[in-house]
Amino acid sequence: MKILAFAEQRNGQFKKTAFEIVKAAKTVADQLNGEVIAVVIGKDIASIAGQLGGFGAAKVIAVEDARLELYSTTAYSKVIADVATAQSASILMLPASEMGKDVAPRVAVKLNGGLAAGCTMLTVENGSVKAARPVYAGKGLVDVVVTTSTKIFTLRPNVFTAGNSTDSSAVVETMKIEFSDADFSAAVKEVKAASGKKDVAEADIIVSGGRGLKGPENFAMIEDLAGTLGAAVGASRAAVDAGWRTHDEQVGQTGKTVSPSLYVAVAISGAVQHLAGMSSSKYIVAVNKDKDAPIFSIADYGIVGDAFEVIPAITAEVKKLLGK
Amino acid sequence: MKILVFVNHVPDTETKVKIGSDGKVIDPAGVNYMLNPYDEIGVEEALKTKQQFGGEVVVVSLGGDPNKETLRKALAMGCDKAVLLKDPAIRDSYAVARSLADYAKEYGADVIFCGKQSIDYDDAQVGGLIAEMLGIPSVSVVVKLEIKEGHFIAEREIEGGHEIVHSKLPAVITAQKGLNEPRYPSLKGIMDAKRKPIEEKVPNAVESRVVTEVMRKPPAKAQGKIVGSDASAAAELVRLLHEEAKVI
Repeated sequence: MKILAFAEQRNGQFKKTAFEIVKAAKTVADQLNGEVIAVVIGKDIASIAGQLGGFGAAKVIAVEDARLELYSTTAYSKVIADVATAQSASILMLPASEMGKDVAPRVAVKLNGGLAAGCTMLTVENGSVKAARPVYAGKGLVDVVVTTSTKIFTLRPNVFTAGNSTDSSAVVETMKIEFSDADFSAAVKEVKAASGKKDVAEADIIVSGGRGLKGPENFAMIEDLAGTLGAAVGASRAAVDAGWRTHDEQVGQTGKTVSPSLYVAVAISGAVQHLAGMSSSKYIVAVNKDKDAPIFSIADYGIVGDAFEVIPAITAEVKKLLGK
Repeated sequence: MKILVFVNHVPDTETKVKIGSDGKVIDPAGVNYMLNPYDEIGVEEALKTKQQFGGEVVVVSLGGDPNKETLRKALAMGCDKAVLLKDPAIRDSYAVARSLADYAKEYGADVIFCGKQSIDYDDAQVGGLIAEMLGIPSVSVVVKLEIKEGHFIAEREIEGGHEIVHSKLPAVITAQKGLNEPRYPSLKGIMDAKRKPIEEKVPNAVESRVVTEVMRKPPAKAQGKIVGSDASAAAELVRLLHEEAKVI
């Protein structure tokens, strides 16, 4: 039994999810007497492929081509499906990142398999894999099984822990795939990075602000605290709808669903749709003037007080702690 | 241009999830349903595309009779025709996509729009499934779109940035917030929508590939600790985060 793990890289560096996926695949493989084969796609990436051995990959297939430097939904899905077929993998695991979510459905159709998306837990029962996945942005969870012989899972980033790399090594093989122009019928030509901005979907710590901040200028103190913590800035729907922040920062049912290790909610009352998007965070801190705000019902630590006084004080304390 | 837009009818964002008696889906009692907000952005982009190139916009939804409410909303916004692929049975994304793709093929769409995900099952896979089933390109999570003769440039949101994608029609575009500001239906639009027929078709039965065994509520959180009521609590909070939670 073989599990194929898609290890996402950008600019020749693995995303954190690459290690999470390989490790999660290894955990499942161990219970099924199987092994993990990882696939890396890009240009000049064979040199980093070996890193995946430390997280449990027995073998890594590197598929290199100059045209694969940037993402292409059509070409990447072909590569993953071809590698899965060549390696006789019956389970595939990909990250539920913007790349993984985009490529996985195409791979599923090519391999005639079912896709369980955005899973947060995988268990093995009687020799088969069962997945738990949040629905309604986390207001509910469903336990699902995939009924096809080839089973595909995307795993939510930041939920599965990769742990530390061990000194196990992996066999690295390169695989040559022939492409036609049609394989690149949709292709990324350019990546525009938001300058130095951390994304809420990937961040380990998020500091979010809401309507209680009264205006966009007051996000400066949110950015300050976030900068001190190395965190991403998030926002409630109210703050985004008011035009104070951009939509890519919105956390909630119509924004991003996040699971950081620390979520700091500042002047956010906690509407159902917001709580849905962040309640699976490992630790939640709430700062709000209203002691009855719903956000306190899910907060691990709360300060019932004025954010304009409390947040700068927290920033100062964190700086002291970190020696900044 | 023949423009298709697929829409889903979903519980609104204020819905509190209560598990239904079969233990597998939510209890719909007292739940307000609406046009999936990402699909609404898809409808707007379909209408804008028609304004630019002419042709018609057909809006399609798969589900039971209640989906007609969502189809009427799309008609009121300005879609020309509505089709209900009538099947009240529970389907997974694969089974939904299969029937929508069959319809798209029969219709011969030049471009297909839908939301980047439905806010009920958050699967985010129907657009990609349809594109692959039809053997055409797709771009997901699109925040900017420029269609020219037969080809297009789309900007999609990724972690910490955007990707600029070049592709050609026919294609599937899945809409993300920011792509446009969906219009409000005009009074005339609402009146016209009441007169426009909704065509009903029965899609082929398709077996689901991802089967729900049970739906449950996420485990409840233990009551948290109120650390204080002003700036003097900051030091204690930071100490707890550092020593107890060990997250900073």
